[in-house]
Amino acid sequence: MLASVSLFAQATGNSWDLPANIAFGIISVIAIGAALRMVTTNNVVHSALYLLIVLASVAAVYILLGAEFAAATQVLVYIGAILVLLLFGVMLTRARLGGDEDLNYEQRWIGLGVSVLLFVVMTYSIWEQYGTKDEARLVGYEPQRTAEVADSIFSTYIVPFEAVSVLLLAALIGAVVVARRD
Amino acid sequence: MQSQVLALNVGWAEWPLKTLGVLGVVLLPAGTTVYLYLFKMVSFMQSRLGPMEAGPYGSMQLLAEVGKNLQKEDIFPAKADRTVFAMAPYVVLTSTFLLALIVPFGPEAGFASLDTGNFDATTFDGVGVFYAMAVTSISVVGILMAGWASASKYSLMGGLRAAGQLIAYELPLILAVVGVVIQAGTLSLQGIVYSQINGEIFGFGGLGLPYILTQFVGFFIFMIAVQAELTQAPFDMPIAESELVSGYLTEYSGFRFLMFFIGEFATAAVFGFLGSVLFLGGWAVPPFVMDIFGIDEFSNWFNFIGPAVMATKMLILTFIIYWIRFTYPRFREDQLQKFAWKVLIPISLVNIAITGVLKVAF
Repeated sequence: MLASVSLFAQATGNSWDLPANIAFGIISVIAIGAALRMVTTNNVVHSALYLLIVLASVAAVYILLGAEFAAATQVLVYIGAILVLLLFGVMLTRARLGGDEDLNYEQRWIGLGVSVLLFVVMTYSIWEQYGTKDEARLVGYEPQRTAEVADSIFSTYIVPFEAVSVLLLAALIGAVVVARRD
Repeated sequence: MQSQVLALNVGWAEWPLKTLGVLGVVLLPAGTTVYLYLFKMVSFMQSRLGPMEAGPYGSMQLLAEVGKNLQKEDIFPAKADRTVFAMAPYVVLTSTFLLALIVPFGPEAGFASLDTGNFDATTFDGVGVFYAMAVTSISVVGILMAGWASASKYSLMGGLRAAGQLIAYELPLILAVVGVVIQAGTLSLQGIVYSQINGEIFGFGGLGLPYILTQFVGFFIFMIAVQAELTQAPFDMPIAESELVSGYLTEYSGFRFLMFFIGEFATAAVFGFLGSVLFLGGWAVPPFVMDIFGIDEFSNWFNFIGPAVMATKMLILTFIIYWIRFTYPRFREDQLQKFAWKVLIPISLVNIAITGVLKVAF
């Protein structure tokens, strides 16, 4: 155990924040394990709860990166809203205790292929960008302040922000129209 | 990284001390409010004495209750999903602890500010309020887990009702707080305290400007939404004892019931802390009192008296919560949803609009 920690410390180098790297290692192991269980489990509710662990781990990684606003948004939107609605819907319709055999979906091999492809593409692009440990590139990557996030949303990115708001509003109204019977 | 707690240099012992502090902030107010209000105040309201046997005036009753619950058998229903059933109370308590983490109790007295990494009194930048609103929503997951895993109709109905209610009342809760955030100009809880100290009422700075005076609509909506978030009467449909036995708590007993119980009352107390920071001026006393004692708002004294001031304000707010709880009968399920979506949310949106206009005008 200790040997692996010191190996990890060597691999990441001294210039980086060691406690943050150890925490990142632990969090990513939890996240990957939960993600694997999420797609392999036979129970819909368990699957949703594993998804909760994955989303919470991602929020923890955001905190480690100093992106507190993104972390709080992750918790509020994904855990507080999307996951709760998912659980709510599953429990209202079909949530058998124990497992569902027919949850093993025939297209899982295609899914596996797509996810491997995605993994390769993303790893390649991240490695290309940051993999060389060229520290000069990382200068200026400081913890994000919430006020800076707000400033850039409402000045530089005001048009995309408004466009997304209108899109979401349209989706909301569309959902109401579809759901109304009369 | 600061290694001072209340201006005492404690070095490496800071984090264990802070952990103990969070435990204290969650458990002590919960115990105090349960004894003062749930045991005693409601008894006096109903012309009875309440617990009198354990300790003087029944003050040890709480320890007796905890001891009783700890001794009970840890029962799992035969068809329950054991893992999820066992985990649910922890998820609910996690939400409470995460919420208690960011409450400021003095200029430097606090646990984790999530502002710029410390309780620095000069930069007010951070996600304080936003974080608080985010972690509140985690408890819904725990309640849904409890409702589903119990393998009981009553529990499932209770869990679904709770989820519907908590989603509906989270919106007014967030929107009510937005008014305060606009007026203070910061999301940081510490920044909100300081802007209340430095505020003026028509040029008179002796009282500061507690935002309850300007944001009374927001305060009103905040208190109603907190009442509903805590599933306290008149919003207690999820555990309606005359319809659902005990809702999502039906199958729980012993230690796990105790955890839900502590979670409920500790969350009430932590919301009391949050409400006093947002609307009542937080850990500060009015500036004219500071002038009498010749201290300013950065004084180290506030690290000591701040927690006491916060406790006083929290007791006032939780008094209102329990007063309403034992005064009004339960809403009907559809009335509850209508009240949230058709009354509270429109009023809080109007409140935000008016606050925004006034902020720009003045």
